Amino acid sequence: MPFCEKKCPYCDFYSVSYCRDTARLYTDAVIRNIKAYRGNAEIDTIYFGGGTPSILPVEFITSILQAVNENYIVNEAEITIEINPKTVNTKKLLQLRKMGVNRVSIGVQSCVDSELEALGRIHNYDEARKTVLSAYKAGFKNISCDLMLGVIGQTVDSLIYSINQLCKLPISHVSAYMLKIEENTEFNKQNIIDSLPCEDLVSDMYLLMVENLEENGFSQYEISNFSKIGFESKHNLKYWECKEYIGIGPSSHSYFNGKRTAVPNSLQDFIELDRQTEIVTEENPGSFEEIAMLQLRLKEGLCLTKFNNKLDSIMNKAIPFEKMGLLTISDNTIALTAKGFLVSNAIIGGLLL
Amino acid sequence: MSIDKIRNFSIIAHIDHGKSTLADRMLEKTYTVAGRDMEEQLLDNMDIERERGITIKARAVRLTYKAEDGEIYVFNLIDTPGHVDFNYEVSRSLAACEGAILVVDATQGIEAQTLANTYLALEHDLAIVPVVNKIDLPSADPERVCGEVENVIGVEAMDSPKISAKLGTNIEAVLEKVVKDIPPPTGDENAPLQALIFDSFYDAYKGVIIYIRVKEGKVKVGDEIRLMATGAEFTVVETGYLDATSFNNVGELKAGEVGFITAAIKDISETRVGDTVTLVDNPCEDALPGYRKVNPMVFSGIYPADGAKYGDLREALEKLQLNDASLSFEPETSIALGFGFRCGFLGLLHMEIIQERIEREYNLDIITTAPSVIYRITLTSGEVVFIDNPSNYPDLALIESAEEPMVRAEILTPSDYVGNIMELCQDRRGVFKDMVYLDDTRVNVRYELPLNEIVYDFFDALKSRTKGYASFDYEMLGYVPSKLVKLDIMLNGDIVDALSFIVHTDNAYARGRKIAEKLKDNIPRQMFEIPIQAAIGGKIIARETVRAMRKDVLAKCYGGDITRKKKLLEKQKEGKKRMRKLGTVDVPQEAFMSVLKLD
Repeated sequence: MPFCEKKCPYCDFYSVSYCRDTARLYTDAVIRNIKAYRGNAEIDTIYFGGGTPSILPVEFITSILQAVNENYIVNEAEITIEINPKTVNTKKLLQLRKMGVNRVSIGVQSCVDSELEALGRIHNYDEARKTVLSAYKAGFKNISCDLMLGVIGQTVDSLIYSINQLCKLPISHVSAYMLKIEENTEFNKQNIIDSLPCEDLVSDMYLLMVENLEENGFSQYEISNFSKIGFESKHNLKYWECKEYIGIGPSSHSYFNGKRTAVPNSLQDFIELDRQTEIVTEENPGSFEEIAMLQLRLKEGLCLTKFNNKLDSIMNKAIPFEKMGLLTISDNTIALTAKGFLVSNAIIGGLLL
Repeated sequence: MSIDKIRNFSIIAHIDHGKSTLADRMLEKTYTVAGRDMEEQLLDNMDIERERGITIKARAVRLTYKAEDGEIYVFNLIDTPGHVDFNYEVSRSLAACEGAILVVDATQGIEAQTLANTYLALEHDLAIVPVVNKIDLPSADPERVCGEVENVIGVEAMDSPKISAKLGTNIEAVLEKVVKDIPPPTGDENAPLQALIFDSFYDAYKGVIIYIRVKEGKVKVGDEIRLMATGAEFTVVETGYLDATSFNNVGELKAGEVGFITAAIKDISETRVGDTVTLVDNPCEDALPGYRKVNPMVFSGIYPADGAKYGDLREALEKLQLNDASLSFEPETSIALGFGFRCGFLGLLHMEIIQERIEREYNLDIITTAPSVIYRITLTSGEVVFIDNPSNYPDLALIESAEEPMVRAEILTPSDYVGNIMELCQDRRGVFKDMVYLDDTRVNVRYELPLNEIVYDFFDALKSRTKGYASFDYEMLGYVPSKLVKLDIMLNGDIVDALSFIVHTDNAYARGRKIAEKLKDNIPRQMFEIPIQAAIGGKIIARETVRAMRKDVLAKCYGGDITRKKKLLEKQKEGKKRMRKLGTVDVPQEAFMSVLKLD
């Protein structure tokens, strides 16, 4: 849902300013596309990502969910919506819950107001905390919060403070991202790299965060994702486990019918066309390289039993990394450690190339 | 054509002083080239030459000129390479002439290169015709420059033509000077053939084309010829002269003339510059003096950046060698760089030109190792060995004494920079010889310098210390005893053979430190800390550390968009091609190149 009240200075996802009329046309287009993909697909996760999906009126969300239910076989699905604090109230949360949405992912980012301000967020921590509590009261038992590392002004102490605050809340999942300055963002233009915490500090923060979250019952299951047992994001796991998914909307990505495709960044095209334009990004997904690259992001790691012909060469390359404490090898499975996750690009490259 | 109507001459000029432009104007004025056939700077026919404003291969062009006296004259304009690396070729070209036009820039005066070549011309008893060019420029000072020519070279210059080759001003005066001041050749067309080879190049259709100056006798199509130094014999297929646009096979060349021969010659190494051509059945008694085999002075390893391109590199070198007998190469193996070639060059410029041509004309990425000179080492056993590759440098304990080649360097500079130049030469272990003022503002500084101190980055250093105003030339002096050591570079404890080099003891510490610093800047952080050490024998003299990489991760999930991760993997693949794995350390190509420029 490519609408935001205000573009965050670090964000390079596609989004436009929210306007109710456009959002209505957009919702219609989403529904047209949902019907167009209709098949015998069984669906067990639905994800409203952003942008800021929570900015849309509940009836728009409802009509989209209805279209999914009418056109697909939906079984006990995990239905997530991304929420930004200050864009919802208790009433809206109750309505969403009632419509079948059962998971919320809340963009808290930090529990320190000065850091939120540095990130250009429109909310303060108290507002974020209230949003989490409202969601819980509205009946959401699966609440995820975003946390950001490497924010301007962030220190080890302030990070620990944020983690402790989050862990006091009734949540079951944390997504923790290290701030990266992307091209075409406000932060990039401002050239703020020098004022960010240095690489070493952010690395220390990451390791400390993994430790702290684990102590609080949030197990790491992916580079940036932590959850209480059983509360892993089923939807995000599909990405790493190389399972199929349909993405709808400008800038969305799909892995469907044996191909990986992407939709161009044009809201106007999306609204005007009968069906969204699909550009093939991968003709033959599911290669070993792809599977390995994605599964190595998971705590569970990459099991090589099915890839007998790769086993020896990869294991040999893995041994030096194991000695450095960057991964563990057991049976036929290679799994990165927290320290390894920090340099996962290099390890994945080292193992696969 | 009567021999006394022939004028054979070269043009001596510093880079950018207008040699090629003057040659073009002379071709135009003598109607040798019709306007539409004019291609700017006709004599230079390789792109690199044009871009760098230098002429590498000598060529000879025939012009006909109707002089003021009403007679028709034949001019043979023999082009000379402008650079010291081709000193021998220049000397052979000059040996084919009776005179030389000395072009001097009216705004700059004489430069080191011009001076060296003028001395060479005087050694060959050539008549010197000074010409002051670029008089159209506002800063031109022809009077001062003429004075300088008289002072420095000792030839009458006050009445020399003052021209603008660019605008075509006063070119006739130059042509008249050639007629009047340069003597005609001498020689007897009925004597046994004695012709000087002053250049040759390979043509895919005709085989090797030899440029000759017939000193005595004549040569015609069908003649059996012998090249006296190599002993090779051929039958002449074509002989004649080259005008501005084409080869003219006229069937015969006689004493005093300049032209070409083709004889279905496959191998350019048989047609050495300086050799004498004679007839098999009526040979001349003696070969012409001055022949020598040119030996490479500077060596470096050339490796394909992508190991799979080894065959392509060999092919490129073979093709280049077809036209350049002074380029030598043989296979070499480096632990660090894999399979490559040890290449020998006449000098630095020659090396740069070859490297550039490999990259440009053959589209190959190459890694070159630090250039080395040839060291003469006397072993404790009494045996003398010549070492051009640091990898083969004997163990210190086996060395009785070591010698290195020295050069005599002339640096012409505005007097403001004398201090900077002396500091630089002192740094490079130079021995000051003398210093002569050419006029109030310009100085000729003479130093003796070890060749190994100038093969790295001396030109660049000189340029940056003199804002580009100084010019530099050198000639070989011979070997002197020296205190040399082999400096090894170790990455993560392992010696990288391609980075080893031989250096004077006094400079070893400074150079070792600099190289370690350069490598530190050019080796990306990896999963572990990488010590970089410079060592002599077992002794570490410098150390730097590339710290371990802490963070390299795509943290975000991007809503199922895995294209960024794929792109990253592709990029890593590309990067890996440019990396050399040395033990456990990945070293990018740039790191090898960075140590070549230390200043």
